[in-house]
Amino acid sequence: MHALLILVPFLGSFILNLPFRKVNKRLSFGVCAALFLLQMAVILIPDFGLNKINPAALANIFNFDLGVDALSKVMLFCIGLVALVTLCTNSLFLKDSDDKFNFINVLLIAVSGMNGIVLAKDIFSLYVFLEITAVASFILIAFNREELGLEGAFKYILLSSIATVLMIAGIALFFLVSGSTHFAAIHSALLAQDKSLLINLAIALFVSALFIKGGLMPFHGWLPDAYSSAPAASSVFLAGIVTKAAGVYVLIRILVSIAGFSLTLKSVLLFVGAFSAIIGAIAALTQTDFKRMLSYSSISQIGYIILGVGTGTVLGLAGAALHIFNHAVFKSLLFMNSAAVEKALGTRDISKMGGLGSQMPVTGLTSVLGSLSCAGIPPLAGFWSKLIIIIALWSAGFKTYAVIAILGSVLTLAYFLSLQRSVFFGKLNAEFKNIKEAGFSLLFPMILLGVITLGVGIFLPLVLDKFILSFNAVLGG
Amino acid sequence: MFLDLIILILLVIAALWTVMTRSLLRASLGLALVSAILTLIMFNMDASLAAVFELSVCAGLIPVLFISVISLTQPLTFKEAVEHMRSRMARFWELPLIVLILGVILVLLSAKFKAKLPALETQASARFVLWHLRQLDLLGQIIILFGGVFGVAVLFKERKKRG
Amino acid sequence: MVSAIFVVLLLVIGIYCILATYNLIRVLIGVEILIKAVTLLIIAAGRQNGNMALAQAMVVSIIVIEVVIMTIAVGVVLGIHRYNNSLDSRKIRKLKG
Repeated sequence: MHALLILVPFLGSFILNLPFRKVNKRLSFGVCAALFLLQMAVILIPDFGLNKINPAALANIFNFDLGVDALSKVMLFCIGLVALVTLCTNSLFLKDSDDKFNFINVLLIAVSGMNGIVLAKDIFSLYVFLEITAVASFILIAFNREELGLEGAFKYILLSSIATVLMIAGIALFFLVSGSTHFAAIHSALLAQDKSLLINLAIALFVSALFIKGGLMPFHGWLPDAYSSAPAASSVFLAGIVTKAAGVYVLIRILVSIAGFSLTLKSVLLFVGAFSAIIGAIAALTQTDFKRMLSYSSISQIGYIILGVGTGTVLGLAGAALHIFNHAVFKSLLFMNSAAVEKALGTRDISKMGGLGSQMPVTGLTSVLGSLSCAGIPPLAGFWSKLIIIIALWSAGFKTYAVIAILGSVLTLAYFLSLQRSVFFGKLNAEFKNIKEAGFSLLFPMILLGVITLGVGIFLPLVLDKFILSFNAVLGG
Repeated sequence: MFLDLIILILLVIAALWTVMTRSLLRASLGLALVSAILTLIMFNMDASLAAVFELSVCAGLIPVLFISVISLTQPLTFKEAVEHMRSRMARFWELPLIVLILGVILVLLSAKFKAKLPALETQASARFVLWHLRQLDLLGQIIILFGGVFGVAVLFKERKKRG
Repeated sequence: MVSAIFVVLLLVIGIYCILATYNLIRVLIGVEILIKAVTLLIIAAGRQNGNMALAQAMVVSIIVIEVVIMTIAVGVVLGIHRYNNSLDSRKIRKLKG
């Protein structure tokens, strides 16, 4: 049944390409949206999907080795949500039906790849699906074949390939030491030996590769260029889920299932996380391009997630997972806002904007919700995840890091307030008097995400303890 | 044992030539040569399936890809080419020295290095492992090939005239 | 394991190539050399380990993935060439910040 989550998007893409192309093109949007909604429903309704469907016939033909736990479920839901939102954004920006069709197919392949990443229980299969996701992202960034997009895509390809090489080297060393690539086998082999030089080298190589993929400082070089030069829908997709699934999730999975939380590893993670959180926020303050500011903000938020992971406790892990979900929601929302503004105005330069709130009320309101959630203001969802991470840092004894995290929150609030003031409030620039609000296919996902971030913030305390407790199994297993 | 060493040294020399040679065309051919020597090494180590793949794909397909790109892009003028070659040598001459010194250092270090490694002996053949135990990887390969097809369809399309 | 030394040498050659070149295609050649280095590492690990079957299966997957990545990279490079009419990496510094 888990294999279906990988197979179905891929088969969807495959079937859409069979001979009846005209019919398929019109159906493609609906089929794709249905698939993503199904993915979200399967996670939310426990009896619906993963436990009920039992295709014994499938298990006899194929021998796939997949597994699911609390962390995977959070990721699967985020993947479905962000993919759905990207689909809606795309229909407003790409007009040519051939291009739309290609985009939907590449999106399906990317979703297939990410589902594989979160479900894999074998380090090499994880790598294969990671590459599938990377290849799909390359295509998405270069989709418009514009000059800047191609340049951003090339930088991303180069750094991603270096990360690939480091990762394969790490896998080779793990394979050398344990004779297999299965998580359980590597874990028991690592426990049986002391931490020899080879094992430490393997872990170091792998973790560095994941820092590059996740866009953490000092390996973040590709991220602002790739995010800001990609077409609008691709930026939403990348920022919303791809960097997190490819970088942060794999890091958590490696630490939890293979390497364990040694003291050096925790200190490295905490330092890199704090560094990214603060420096990313400071860099965001100085930007004049809307999307570049959001990219540096993403680097900062991913630093927060790594801070949560670095504590090594159940609380920290739960906080990190919650922040992954929240970031998927509010960052996609903010990127969609920037896409709406860019489409209406034709520019991304903040210094030229002002007073757009009066002409684009829905965009303005949802962007306020997204910004406040990112800055961690109650009662929005971001407040809870940041609070949990700070409490986890404090109770695990990393008091200085907790203070740094609070400082980072203040910086985040600062740059978002300045963003809001320069873009949506203030005086309206004369040449933009006649702009209109964004179209329905962009408004609907914006409102959806705004409602989610508000609703989760208000209702989370009711399910909070169940949520945190489910991560006990993740850490133990 | 001695033969292995010679082939490995040849591999490094071929890689050095590939990187340092002046023309791009020769660099692509150098890449094919490096792949061919790697194939020999793999055959020597009983990895015949992987060796065949490496030979046909990396020594065939990829250099052809690079050579077609190189022939589609315009060459430099003669003056630019001479200038380029001079600055090239200035940048690249340190590489063989670094490689040699590093090689010597590593050989000296490896004498002191001990590690406990498992020595399993599996009787399974590579084909069995690939088709029965690693089916998820096979699925992944099919998906990525599909993705590659879409990549080509998107990236290699002629740009339509902007209206 | 003697091959490990050569793997490191190849890695150094590949990284030097990527850092010192001004031409986009040569950057890709450098990446290729890096990938060959880690392929050798996997095969050497399999030889040391006894589990050559799994090592070969991994190498096959890696080769397939590498081909797809190179194809797309070449597509991007061709696209860049159409705009700048050159493959000089010094000319694609448009993105700043």
